[in-house]
Amino acid sequence: MTFIGMPRGTGNLTGAPFPEAASEALDNAQLRRNLAKATGTIRAKRAAVVDELPDWAALRAAGAAIKDDVLANLDTYLLRFEAALTERGSTVHWARDAEEATRIVTELVTATGAREVIKVKSMATAEIGLNEALAAAGVAAVETDLAELIVQLGHDRPSHILVPAIHRNRAEIREIFAEGMGATDLTDDPRVLAEAARAHLRRKFLTVDVAVSGANFAIAETGGLVVVESEGNGRMCLTLPRTLISVVGIEKIIPAWQDLEVFLQLLPRSSTGERMNPYTSVWTGPTEGQTSHVVLVDNGRTATLADPDGRAALRCIRCSACLNSCPVYERTGGHAYGSTYPGPIGAVLSPQLTGIDRNPTLPYASSLCGVCYDVCPVAIDIPSMLVHLRGRAPKPRAEAAAMRAAAWAMSDHRRWRRLLRAGRLGRALGRRPMLPPPLSAWTRARDLPEPPRQTFRDWWDTR
Amino acid sequence: MRVALFVTCLVDGLFPDVGKATVTLLERLGHEVVVPPRQTCCGQMHINTGYAAQAAPIVANHVEAFADADVVVVPSGSCAGSIRHQHAEVAREHGRPGLADAATAVAARTYELSEFLVDVLGVTDVGAYFPHRVTYHPTCHSLRVLGVGERPLRLLRAVRGIDLVELPGAETCCGFGGTFALKNADTSTAMLADKMSAVTTTGAKVLTAGDSSCLMHIGGGLARLRSGVRTLHLAEILAAT
Repeated sequence: MTFIGMPRGTGNLTGAPFPEAASEALDNAQLRRNLAKATGTIRAKRAAVVDELPDWAALRAAGAAIKDDVLANLDTYLLRFEAALTERGSTVHWARDAEEATRIVTELVTATGAREVIKVKSMATAEIGLNEALAAAGVAAVETDLAELIVQLGHDRPSHILVPAIHRNRAEIREIFAEGMGATDLTDDPRVLAEAARAHLRRKFLTVDVAVSGANFAIAETGGLVVVESEGNGRMCLTLPRTLISVVGIEKIIPAWQDLEVFLQLLPRSSTGERMNPYTSVWTGPTEGQTSHVVLVDNGRTATLADPDGRAALRCIRCSACLNSCPVYERTGGHAYGSTYPGPIGAVLSPQLTGIDRNPTLPYASSLCGVCYDVCPVAIDIPSMLVHLRGRAPKPRAEAAAMRAAAWAMSDHRRWRRLLRAGRLGRALGRRPMLPPPLSAWTRARDLPEPPRQTFRDWWDTR
Repeated sequence: MRVALFVTCLVDGLFPDVGKATVTLLERLGHEVVVPPRQTCCGQMHINTGYAAQAAPIVANHVEAFADADVVVVPSGSCAGSIRHQHAEVAREHGRPGLADAATAVAARTYELSEFLVDVLGVTDVGAYFPHRVTYHPTCHSLRVLGVGERPLRLLRAVRGIDLVELPGAETCCGFGGTFALKNADTSTAMLADKMSAVTTTGAKVLTAGDSSCLMHIGGGLARLRSGVRTLHLAEILAAT
């Protein structure tokens, strides 16, 4: 159920229809090799560190239960979070959608007089299109996560939640750095590339005075925000600049400090396949001499929450285990999904945030193989949710007519048997027929089975 | 035991040999097979393509067709999965009052073929003889919706003469996915290509699985490549003597 006035998500959540975008990606052999190698490695690492925990199933159930409690009582928790954070000296802002969120952040940045901000890797700021909005106001946003930096310098878009440059290999990264940093004598040795990025970023950390972050978790009880990362560049952004602006989706709430115990086990094992991530930063209000703002973003989340069959998508902790395991994602990459959120979770989250009419092809971007549900650390039943969303998607008229006709035939055994007998006339087409559209999609790559002389039922009747 | 066979729409119309093999196998094990005449289709194609309301009369027809059956056997993990995990919900949302309960009751008596053989009949050696090199693809819905696990492999290992070889990346989807194969044909074909190359590296002459739908997709690709690998449903190997 949706109510009038419930905002829908705007920003970077839609793209070209999935089948066309996927076809384009599938033609890129380099991309497919990079993706297969990267997702294969990370799948094996995840499986090893998940299988070693005897209580993984219990942790997973606890993660789902904590998030469900948050979603059922979100209003209470959000106000508790705001009160705790305000008391600690931060300013809390509420944003209905991407436009409102980017306007608030842009005003906060321009009020400081800064022309440049450094950024902690953040999905929420990518979702609302913050870098683009800041650029329009004459402010350059510098990504400090290594992979986000590669994407930014390559004038590219992220293709993965956790590994935004997963579609790039070392040789490509060397070219991007050479171009973007003016760096000469680079090799494709990972250490050389990392050192070049380190020198480039160090200059930014020491000179830029405003930082923008997201958050992995927001603790209602204390007003604390949590960022989980691997490189320590996030920690630099959170501690050095005098102004810190954090953009947080309203579903990032967890009730209390002790709930982190569950999520700090689920998240690194599911995402990078590590027992523990290298850097976990927690801050509660500004440090001395710092100004802190927190922008809480709805952007379609309340509308998602209103759907009992879809709201579990808001449990997502952005680990990307479903991306790494998905056979569709592995072949198409993230750009084909057209949204900040790619892969199976993106296929259920993006259409719910924007409304199905603005993302009608994403729920069909899955073979329903079910592996995403198996690996999800908060047990989101993505396949069932995809089927539910397909039910609400607008349908092509010819398809709907064909489906109605098929249902009419299949709901009565006499009609059905007559149809099957007529199907045997297909034998006249011969062994390797090419069918007209839309069935040509089948015969382009596969032979059709030759219809049998006799249906099973006709054989059975002769026994 | 008196077993009601739900042969499935695909087997009825396109792969009657799979139905005949299922009958042969169950009768050889000493059971009486009946084919309730009102049966048509489980309605999964409609449900999974977003036409649950249109699927409701198909579900209703299925429930009525098998209302009197003691036990229902289906040579398909996917159809069994739909009956067990989707029918009651479709009935609750779009069907007449009482249909959901009736659907739940039918689902509780419905078994995929390997489940029925191993769990209900308690047999793994069905007395089959099949002297060929075979590889087995665990279909997604049998594996992850039903959780048939090792059951099909236990049945295959007991077949005399068989040379059963492991399929690399066996648990990866073949790319069929029902109408996915048409709506996202290029992605489906890319997944199929990887599955076919895994099959051909095994040197198997026969690819088997518990679903004729996935086999139609992989088999259609293998035939187009003139790979020399044929596809056979699990029931056809288990019925062979």
